[in-house]
Amino acid sequence: MRAYLSDRMGAALLMAPLLLFLVLAYAWPFLGVVKWSFTLPTPGLGQYNALLTDQLVQSVFIRTLRIAAIVTIVSVVAAYAITVVWVRGTPVQRVVAEFCILVPFWISVLTRAFGWVALLSNRGLINTWLQAVGFISEPLALVRNEFGVIVGMTHFLIPFAVFPLASSMRSLDDRVLLAARGLGSSRMRTFWSVFVPMTRSGIIGSALIVFVFSLGFFVTPAILGGGRSVMIAELIYLRIFQSPDWGLGAAISVVLVLFVGALMALLFRYIRPKQLV
Amino acid sequence: MQQPGRAAEIKAIGIGKSFGSFRALDDLTLDIGRGEFLTLLGPSGSGKTTFLMILAGFIQPTDGRLYSDGVDITERPAEQRAAGMVFQGYALFPHMSVEANIAFPLKVRKKPAAEIKRRVGEMIERVGLKGHEKKLPSQLSGGQQQRVALARALVFEPGVLLLDEPFSALDKGLRGQMQAEMKRLHQETGTTFVFVTHDQSEALALSSRVAIFNHGKLLQVGAPDEVYDRPDNRFVAEFLGEINMLPLKGVRPANNGSTGLCEDRAISMRCKAEKVRGDAILAIRPEYMSIAREAATGENGIAATAVASTYLGAATRLDLTTRQGAKVTISVPNEVAASALSKGNSVWLTWPAEKGFLLPNGGQ
Repeated sequence: MRAYLSDRMGAALLMAPLLLFLVLAYAWPFLGVVKWSFTLPTPGLGQYNALLTDQLVQSVFIRTLRIAAIVTIVSVVAAYAITVVWVRGTPVQRVVAEFCILVPFWISVLTRAFGWVALLSNRGLINTWLQAVGFISEPLALVRNEFGVIVGMTHFLIPFAVFPLASSMRSLDDRVLLAARGLGSSRMRTFWSVFVPMTRSGIIGSALIVFVFSLGFFVTPAILGGGRSVMIAELIYLRIFQSPDWGLGAAISVVLVLFVGALMALLFRYIRPKQLV
Repeated sequence: MQQPGRAAEIKAIGIGKSFGSFRALDDLTLDIGRGEFLTLLGPSGSGKTTFLMILAGFIQPTDGRLYSDGVDITERPAEQRAAGMVFQGYALFPHMSVEANIAFPLKVRKKPAAEIKRRVGEMIERVGLKGHEKKLPSQLSGGQQQRVALARALVFEPGVLLLDEPFSALDKGLRGQMQAEMKRLHQETGTTFVFVTHDQSEALALSSRVAIFNHGKLLQVGAPDEVYDRPDNRFVAEFLGEINMLPLKGVRPANNGSTGLCEDRAISMRCKAEKVRGDAILAIRPEYMSIAREAATGENGIAATAVASTYLGAATRLDLTTRQGAKVTISVPNEVAASALSKGNSVWLTWPAEKGFLLPNGGQ
């Protein structure tokens, strides 16, 4: 019993610096933001009222939800395919998949966003090639719009979607798949009616992680959206740094944090934290 | 295996399987009769499960051919063989209800909904799972999960049912109950059953024939009493139960059987001295040996001294040593053990001539 207690004490001591850091650098300043949302420019619920009526804020909220939903679906589907290869492929396939999953983590988000600009812009590689081959006469609008934002965000978020999926696929009992085949089920049918349903917790976890990340994305939409496809985080930035409207920016932040908090609560109801790594 | 509702007849010819340099199964030739209950028995790593997986189509043999009802199915994929299979640990679909698990093989065969409903209902009734239809596997006990696995494997009336150590996770009482149930299902369905186990009492109790494996080789196939009473070699003799072995000299054929010398006493046996001459081993199951004050003339018997006893409740296990140092274990009524031990010295061990059999000297 004493050993158990001292173990817990030890764990608490080891975690203390992190907790302290989170409180000082995150929770405390956030309380300040909460205070702004109720006091600037005048005390009261005025800013929250504005959230409900301001057309621009609402359209940004809706766009953010739409982009996040599309990015989530595309990322999870793509990550699912990669993870199947990573977890269940031949040894060579596994190494290649692992490489594809891990390399993006070494490249900064900025570098990747500008990489996509170089590929997708009007005089970028893709448009130049397509014009050279003669498929198109006018460049396609691939960037500075929602499409560009979705491409960039999906690319960034796929690796994060892989880990919960991998965890659920690794814990799956191979004999169940054998049983399905032995009972006369084709490989396709086994995949759709046994494999996919059995990795449900991984799919939910992965989708929620991607969705939550997408909601707060700043750099990628700012660069690939080119100011025309503004998402929530960029709107907050604009309100606070480019217009003296701190109160509204703060109110949007508070709503975003509450919404993300609720989603995280949902996430942990479905899966245990250790399934995410 | 392709005709539903009809027991399959399987023929394996020269089946072998190598994993790299490891020979998991070597030159196995075996006929499995229509509607038979065949048990594959052996220690772990003996090749019995490999053979079952080859029958199911999950493993491709490196050598040999496999026929079902005369058709070569060696290369046929598992999903087209459609042998019913019950796995160790059951391998139920955790996300499907009992009903959906049992309906699965019928659904993949695209049977009409009404037929699926009827057959699943019949099967649930037959394995005694009524009232549990909507439950998930995780809400069932081990025995109930076992029944679902059996029902799921039998519902599409496969020509053969393959069972991989299905009872290893059950406790002793439940195991006996499930064994009886499986015997009943075998009789009711008439399907060919191939059952893998490492438990020799289970094998002897259930099967119409037992195939004994060791080190990737099939050592002997026969009815339970045949392999128990007349094992071909030492491994089979020892694996099927306790056995006493005495060295025998000058073995030669004699009137209706054979004869030899054990510790200078003439011993007669009913079995023929076909494979062995000269020195051999005489093997006798402990339950066929008894203790006597003296050996009557013409009766098999050798002198021995009781050295230890273990009280087992219903009987006592008695360890004895013969004059020349061979160790013998027998099971005797409790009061006999006490008197044998109290005398401290010589008793006679006797056995009927038809219960002793010859094994080649040394090795397997």
